[in-house]
Amino acid sequence: MSEGMLSNRKPETGAFFQRDREWHPQAYTPWYKTSVLRSPQKALLSLDNTLSEITGPVFGHNILGALDNDLIHNFAKPGESAIGPRIIVYGRVLDERGKGVPGALLEFWQANAGGRYRHKKEGYIAPLDPNFGGCGRTITDEDGGYVLRTVQPGPYPWPNGPNDWRPAHIHFSIFGHGFAQRLITQMYFEGDPMIPLCPIVKTINDPRRSPI
Amino acid sequence: MAQPLNRFKESASQTAGPYVHIGLTPNFSEISGVYPHDLGSSMVNDKTRGKRIAITGRVLDGTGTPLRDALVEIWQADADGLYNSPSEMRGAADPNFTGWGRCATDMVSGEFRFETVKPGRVPFTDGRLMAPHVTFWIVARGINIGLHTRMYFGDEEAANAEDPVLARIEHRVRVPTLVAEPVEDGYRFDIHLQGEKETVFFDI
Repeated sequence: MSEGMLSNRKPETGAFFQRDREWHPQAYTPWYKTSVLRSPQKALLSLDNTLSEITGPVFGHNILGALDNDLIHNFAKPGESAIGPRIIVYGRVLDERGKGVPGALLEFWQANAGGRYRHKKEGYIAPLDPNFGGCGRTITDEDGGYVLRTVQPGPYPWPNGPNDWRPAHIHFSIFGHGFAQRLITQMYFEGDPMIPLCPIVKTINDPRRSPI
Repeated sequence: MAQPLNRFKESASQTAGPYVHIGLTPNFSEISGVYPHDLGSSMVNDKTRGKRIAITGRVLDGTGTPLRDALVEIWQADADGLYNSPSEMRGAADPNFTGWGRCATDMVSGEFRFETVKPGRVPFTDGRLMAPHVTFWIVARGINIGLHTRMYFGDEEAANAEDPVLARIEHRVRVPTLVAEPVEDGYRFDIHLQGEKETVFFDI
C-alpha cells in the first residue's frame, strides 16, 4: 500500500523552509579531525527550491518487513534475541510549524550493547553479538509518529584524539517529502556525561542545542 | 516590535560516520537477511523509457584521495522531465523509473555507479527550462552535514548555456565542476570536496 493510498491529503508543493546554516554544524571543525580534508572551503551557492528539490521519492509501507523496526530480533536466529538493556525509542517527525510529517522514511543504525559495530572496517575489541545486526527502519504514521525497539548501544573509543569516546548513540537518517530535506543526525541519551566531551557533538555550534 | 515567528528548529545534522553502510546499505556491508535488497540499488527495469546511461565517479578529499566510505544518493526526472513523486503536478512520470538511487562508494576504489536514464528538462521556478541534470547528496565520515550538488551533462552545451542555475555561478571557472564528461557507457562525474576544483555545493 502506498502512502498515496493511505491519505487523502494533498501533497505540499511549495518551497521548504530554508535550512539554518548557523544552527547546523559548520563543515570545517578541526577538533573532529576527519572534517579537515573533507570540508568544502568555498561558500555554498544559494538555490531557491525548484521542482528538483521540492520533489522526492515516496516509500510505501509495503517495503517494510514486520521486524524492520525491531533490532532485537531482525537479525537474530529463530528463538534468540540480541543481548543488552532493551529499550523502546519513539517520537514524531515534525516540520518547522510543528505539524507531523507522515510517510517519512526513517533508517537507524547503531553499535551493539558492548559498543561494537557489525562492519568490516571496525576494529574495536568488544565482541560482536551474533544476534545483533544493528540496522532498522520504519515509516512515520499519519501523525508523523514512529517507534523502534532495540538494545541500548554502548559507548566506544575512536581514533580521533588519544582518548576520545563516542557517547552511546543511535544514527538516524530522515527522508521527508522532498530531496531538499535529506538529513542524517544522531540520537544521544539524556544524562550521559560523555555527551559534552564528544568532538562530534561539539561540531554543533552550541552543544546545548542538542540533536534529536 | 517584530512579532516572533516561533518556528521549530530542524534537528541538528551529525556526520553519517564510518558505519553509514550498516543503516543505509546493509546488504552491501554484508548484513544480509534483514532487508531483501538495499533501497535505491535499482532505478530502472526492462520497461523504463529513455536512453540508458551509467553515471560513475568518485568523491575526492583535499589531497585528491577518493573517499572509500562515502554514501551518494541521486534524484532525477525521467526521460520526459517528470519526477516520480507525489509533489509532481505536471503529469504522471514513467512508473518503471524510480528517479532515486543510493550507492556506497567502493571500499577499495572509491567508485560509485548508477544505472539510470538520461533525464529530460524540468522548468525552473519562473518557467524557463533548466538543462538536464541529476541532483546529488553526499554523506560520509568527516562530512558534518550532507552536501547537495547537481550534475549536468557535458554533451548538452546549448541547454547548459541557458540554464538558470548554472547562470548564477559568478566564478565561471567553477561551472565545469558541475558538468559530467561523456564516456563510453554514460557519464563520469568526480566530486571534489576541496581544492582548486572544489565542486559547487548548494545551500537549499
